[in-house]
Amino acid sequence: MNFTVLILGMAIITVLIKAIFFILGDRLVFPAWLHLALSFVPVTVLTAIITPMILSPHGKNLELHLRNPQLLASLIAVLVCLISRRQLLTIAVGLMSFFFFQWQFAG
Amino acid sequence: MTKEEGMLYTRNLKLGNLARGARDTVPMLVGAAPFGMIFGTLVSASPMMPWHGQLMSLSVYAGSSQFIASGLIASHTGMLVIWLTTFIVNLRHMLYAATLLPHVAHLSARWRWLLGFLLTDETFAVVAGHHQQPLNASERRYAHWYFLGSGLAMYSNWQLWTLVGLLFGTLFPGLQNMGLDYAMVATFIAIIVPQLNRLPYFAAAVAAGTFAYLLQDLPYKLGLLSAVFVGVMVGVALSRSSVTSRESI
Repeated sequence: MNFTVLILGMAIITVLIKAIFFILGDRLVFPAWLHLALSFVPVTVLTAIITPMILSPHGKNLELHLRNPQLLASLIAVLVCLISRRQLLTIAVGLMSFFFFQWQFAG
Repeated sequence: MTKEEGMLYTRNLKLGNLARGARDTVPMLVGAAPFGMIFGTLVSASPMMPWHGQLMSLSVYAGSSQFIASGLIASHTGMLVIWLTTFIVNLRHMLYAATLLPHVAHLSARWRWLLGFLLTDETFAVVAGHHQQPLNASERRYAHWYFLGSGLAMYSNWQLWTLVGLLFGTLFPGLQNMGLDYAMVATFIAIIVPQLNRLPYFAAAVAAGTFAYLLQDLPYKLGLLSAVFVGVMVGVALSRSSVTSRESI
């Protein structure tokens, strides 16, 4: 197989998918219901990406217990975010608790 | 203000927004680093030459599809199947672009191609989060520089860690288990939580999370796409009652 052709084909497909709405954008007028639907995209996509990473960090099995560092750190991060409303603090505390729990449970 | 001072002022606003976009993306850089390295390692173990791996990161620039493609190449899958897989795996970017469109529609075609090319899960999260904040007039006006800053930071980071993986990947076998990808989880939480204060958004997130968990074994990101679809439907259904009551007045 010619890998260069394969890769450039992948590149063209990907940039078209990513940019097509941006390029056609000023000629497309979205109806109101679509605007409403799109307003739910950020919160649903981000939640859908991280939920499996939190609940089953090792793939298949549900790890709904307090020896799961991802779960514990995420609960703490949610609390910090609700109380402080500060993004950077949430990320810092979440990351530090994660590495702390991971180190604790490794021993 | 003289003309020169005005130009300097504008330039500082652009660079300021560029730097802020890059800065807000830093946790994502940490999260993406091990994946860039693992991708480089996968390429070294596949029939491709190392420079093919760098070419893929430079030109395709979409992590999941690069991973899947190198796996398919290693198992001698045909080119058309790999292209079709790339198409399906990357479909979610269409949703991202449609969501961010109101913030880029006024830009020149060159800007829109560039920002489209730089669109990833991480940059979408950061830029969508930025637009959820109360922005002042100049922040709104130069928000595409913020987008560019986030995109360029992710892009150079991805190139760097692909290269490190290609050169030294085999030296770090335990990379997957270090949990560096948790940086992405923590950042996403900080972006999601402030948006959950209205019932339709809260319910949409719960539905999407539940379905993403249940469908995580579906291939080609189809579980993610279905989960988003269900979440959006739930959100729309719950906001319809308030919309209809407003229209009837």
